[in-house]
Amino acid sequence: MDLWIESLPDLFGGLIVSLQLFTVSTIVGLSVGFLLAICAMSGSAIVRAVTLVVVEIGRGIPVLVMLQLVYFGLPSAGIRLDSMPAAWVALATTTACYSSEIIRGGLESVGSDQKEASRALGLGPATTFWHIIVPQGLVVSLAPLAGFSLQMFQATSLAFALSVPELLSRAYDIGSLTFRYLEILSLAGILYAAVGLPMLMGVSYLEKRMNGTRLSRGQNKN
Amino acid sequence: MFAEILIDIARGIPTTILVTVTAFLIGFFVGIPLAVALRSPSAFLRLPIRGLVNIVRAVPILMWLFLLYFGVAIGAFHFNPFSAAVIVLGITTASYFAEVYRTAFDSIDHGQFEASRSLGLGRFHELVYVTFPQVLLVALPAMSTFSLTLLKDSSIPSIIGVLDISHQTTAAARSTGASLLAYSTSALYYLVLSVAVGFAARALTRSLEKKVR
Repeated sequence: MDLWIESLPDLFGGLIVSLQLFTVSTIVGLSVGFLLAICAMSGSAIVRAVTLVVVEIGRGIPVLVMLQLVYFGLPSAGIRLDSMPAAWVALATTTACYSSEIIRGGLESVGSDQKEASRALGLGPATTFWHIIVPQGLVVSLAPLAGFSLQMFQATSLAFALSVPELLSRAYDIGSLTFRYLEILSLAGILYAAVGLPMLMGVSYLEKRMNGTRLSRGQNKN
Repeated sequence: MFAEILIDIARGIPTTILVTVTAFLIGFFVGIPLAVALRSPSAFLRLPIRGLVNIVRAVPILMWLFLLYFGVAIGAFHFNPFSAAVIVLGITTASYFAEVYRTAFDSIDHGQFEASRSLGLGRFHELVYVTFPQVLLVALPAMSTFSLTLLKDSSIPSIIGVLDISHQTTAAARSTGASLLAYSTSALYYLVLSVAVGFAARALTRSLEKKVR
């Protein structure tokens, strides 16, 4: 118990680093993911094909390999990043590739009747996209995006491999000094759960709400 | 040097496959009783399992691996990296599959339960011969998607020393110095394996569909 009280500030600092990693990579990743989704729906077949190849490659690479590729691999191509920016880049890349498919799925789920209706109302293509398609598509993407975010929050722990001083790295360091791994890792686990469990509950709440509305309507239509 | 890296990293492929397949099988079987418990009318059974499944899903895999590998010592007994990996990934998979099975169970027509009752089947036989094959059919798309996640997550235990693709990559990157080449090769292997898993999942789904329908 004394170890818990002693090391709580240190671990808490680690949790802040984990949350910072998560926030930066999620904001950057979702923005790029949105752009990739638009490219994947482009009228040009070349843009579509290139985007899909990039996204599929990004989704096929394990997060750990992505982190190591950016931090240990890129220096031999002359790009040297510190561990924290390297983790941002790697996690944001993974987030972008996964979220682009989720966002594209959402945008494509908006029925063509919506497009026809807005054309009939005399709305231009840009207005139709931003004011009609995007708001409805993003609502559909919300639950899967939240589920994916929970996975990405957990993936911040893999930055351990780059010695980023996040929650798990700090717990491990304290463990290797005191040899009281079980105690300190349990405390780290509680801190992870303190963030992860509310996120998980939020995800199931969103999933339940979505099942009752749009998703089931879409399924009936098919 | 490229050939050398290619061969060195390929030595990790059997371990990656073994970890993934073992964890999948553990998840496949352990997920069934968990799903049954999650649907139990008895709160004494349902709530502890619900809590367990949620905690497993809310805490990172690497955290569980460290806990089991560094934290657990029963006398002189320690988990070796491979068994820690298989247990943690197996339990993670089981928790996920439990949720998938549970929602699939809800989709089954009530008549199926009543029909097997009226045929005089016991609960166990009803589960094995009547309901579970149908559950599986509904659950398969989600399970196939998850098997790709599992393949990628199987790289995480390389951190505690499981000699899989990812671990061989780090070793090859250090010994040759060609780290970009090594990590790109590793990415390529995971991509090829993902495609293979995708094919296997589709083939499995088709054969099951033939059997059940």
